Amino acid sequence: MSESGQSPEAPAGKGVPTTGHTWDDNLRELDNPLPRWWLWGFYATVIFSLIYWLLYPAWPVADTFTKGLSTVTFEVDGEERTTHWNSRALLVRDMQTGDSALRQREFLQVIDDSTLDEVLGDTNKLAFVNSYGRGMFGDFCAACHQTGGAGLMGVYPNLADDNWHWGGDVETIAQTITHGRLGFMPDYREVLDEQQRDHVAAYVLSLAGYEGDAEKIARGGEIFQGREGGCHACHRHDGTGLRSQGAPDLTNDIWQNIDVAGAEDDAARRALISQLVHDGVRQEMPAFGDRLSDAEIKVLATYVHQFGGGQ
Amino acid sequence: MPDTQYQARIPIYPRAVKGRFRNLKWSVLALAYGVYFLLPWLRWEREHAANQAVLFDIPGRRFYLFDLLVHPQDIFWLAALLIILALLLFMVTGIAGRVFCGYFCFQTLWTDVFMLIERWVQGDRAARMRLAQQGGPRAMALKGATHGLWLLVAFATGLTFTLYWANAPDLVVAFFTGQAAFAAYATTGFLTITTYLLAGLLREQVCTYMCPYARFQSVMFDKDTLIVSYDAARGEGSEGRSKPVRGLRSREERQARGLGDCIDCGYCVQVCPVGIDIRDGLQYQCIHCALCVDACDTVMDGLKWPRGLVRYTSENALEGRRTRYFKPKTLGYAAPLVLITVLLVLGIAHQTPLDASVSQVRQPLFVQLSDGSIQNSYEIRLHNKAQHPVVLELRLTGLDGAALDTGRIERVSLMPEQRTTLLARVRYDVPAGAPRQQGVVFEVVPVEPEGMDVVRVESQFILR
Repeated sequence: MSESGQSPEAPAGKGVPTTGHTWDDNLRELDNPLPRWWLWGFYATVIFSLIYWLLYPAWPVADTFTKGLSTVTFEVDGEERTTHWNSRALLVRDMQTGDSALRQREFLQVIDDSTLDEVLGDTNKLAFVNSYGRGMFGDFCAACHQTGGAGLMGVYPNLADDNWHWGGDVETIAQTITHGRLGFMPDYREVLDEQQRDHVAAYVLSLAGYEGDAEKIARGGEIFQGREGGCHACHRHDGTGLRSQGAPDLTNDIWQNIDVAGAEDDAARRALISQLVHDGVRQEMPAFGDRLSDAEIKVLATYVHQFGGGQ
Repeated sequence: MPDTQYQARIPIYPRAVKGRFRNLKWSVLALAYGVYFLLPWLRWEREHAANQAVLFDIPGRRFYLFDLLVHPQDIFWLAALLIILALLLFMVTGIAGRVFCGYFCFQTLWTDVFMLIERWVQGDRAARMRLAQQGGPRAMALKGATHGLWLLVAFATGLTFTLYWANAPDLVVAFFTGQAAFAAYATTGFLTITTYLLAGLLREQVCTYMCPYARFQSVMFDKDTLIVSYDAARGEGSEGRSKPVRGLRSREERQARGLGDCIDCGYCVQVCPVGIDIRDGLQYQCIHCALCVDACDTVMDGLKWPRGLVRYTSENALEGRRTRYFKPKTLGYAAPLVLITVLLVLGIAHQTPLDASVSQVRQPLFVQLSDGSIQNSYEIRLHNKAQHPVVLELRLTGLDGAALDTGRIERVSLMPEQRTTLLARVRYDVPAGAPRQQGVVFEVVPVEPEGMDVVRVESQFILR
């Protein structure tokens, strides 16, 4: 194929052989030799890769691989470990003893040493709480309470409103996180018949400001306040609920277990409440005291407090 | 097939030359080196940062350029600057050819200095060519001295580059006492090596093999572009060029024989830093340094013949036509260039000392409170870009009856360059029939110092 000819006209190709290919009548491919330094560059990359293979994990061998000579030493729970070089170990090291990790720990200590008022009144400390708390909330809380603490109707309480069963100040929230909570309301299926439950439902709705049949409300009130139902023992006579029992405030229009506010009409609302009285409630939040440090719980509680409903 | 697959560099021994363009190039070189090597040492009074006029503070994430402070969010300025530089380069290339290559490119500038060192130590072209063939202690000493001086200049170049990224006096002390950051040594080392290699050993090969601009600049050329060119019509006559042997020494004698003005002295080839013969026409290797113009002018002056056998001209001018500078292509480069320059200047002139942004918390968008009112939460980011502390207050407008709750934070104090994030809540007792969504305006009011502008940030309030 090769008519190893000279390029005739162009001075740039003077004396340079061509590959013999010609396009568009006069477009020739010059066959210039590569510069020698380029070859040296190639050899340099070869040497680089040899050194790399020696130092770092490189070649697969059967079901394992060559580990390389370089190592990573990192600390886990005060115990020093050394392994062949790998980026996961580097990450662990960074999380344990990296600059950012150390700074974070330092700041966590500052929060631990500060009183609550100091934290809540200081933009810098609050900014750290919000940023560190967001990460922890995502790790430990958001699976149930959802990102941002909106919760799920009937299962997980909303943490962003100001309706607290157990108390919404930072200390109580911290207690809740540390020890967990067991929310319990007995079922009344044996105690109250369907009509009685309906009357109680009418009374509870009246507490929340809904209008209803006065007679039903009156009878429901008797059950609620009397020995028959005994609801007042936990929900108190005025319906605002005993914090020590985690009994919800029934006098507002915030409902955690049943969507009363979203129900169609009075009958539907009563049916929802009646069913809840029939079934009872049992909800549990696990304790985190053995998994998180006091400082972390303080940060988390303050973060949850910041969602908006904190008291 | 070529004889060899890999070709060793053909050594080039450029000869010294004096002239207009050489002087211009020395001036540009002196200016460029003066700015580059002295700028990091220029002090600039600053209250809350290093007193360095030009400082690129990477860990602090801000650049100081005299009185201008550049933040990461000003990245658009960089985009504008790069567009301006690119368009300027294209426009200048279209009009005046490779002026950047010939006068301003650091490859050209540093190669020039390295050649100057070479000439001081080893002598001019002929001496260097002789020396290259010699061994022995004297030749070794001269060559060694050359490389030593090259390395010294390369090291000064590398160290100076590093000084732009930290406070220069501190860094120099730390550098030589072994206290500087690894990045400082790595950067200096890398630049020392690349400067030595590129300006000392590789030289014109950087332009011919590596530089992308050198390869694509040709598409910006046209017949009106200013080029360094040999006037073949004058130089070659009808019978070609000839040495000024007896009987061919005057122009009249030569013209009578049909010979051109080129006396084939070869001076233009000897001074060429990229090793080409300009008389072969426009070539991609040519960096348009115009040293061959100086060389030929020197020879023509000696012969008392008119200058300009090799000169700045254009293809159109060589063919006897007019060179047009103002044409649609030039205007096409100039229009966006002016536009973006204006935008950049306006952008820099209108920067505010206070940055505030508000993003609504979206999970949940809103919550109902026990008193029936609706609450939305907002994440407010504040950044004090001023060089003095500020004290800020937050206010809410745009939604009558809505209350802003920032917890126990009443005022936010920010040190210079400090930024913070604040969670705030807005409560609103929703009147019947209110729309689903309403606009709100957060006002960031500087309480101290007085006289700063209030920053208003719009956001929204979701009712249901």
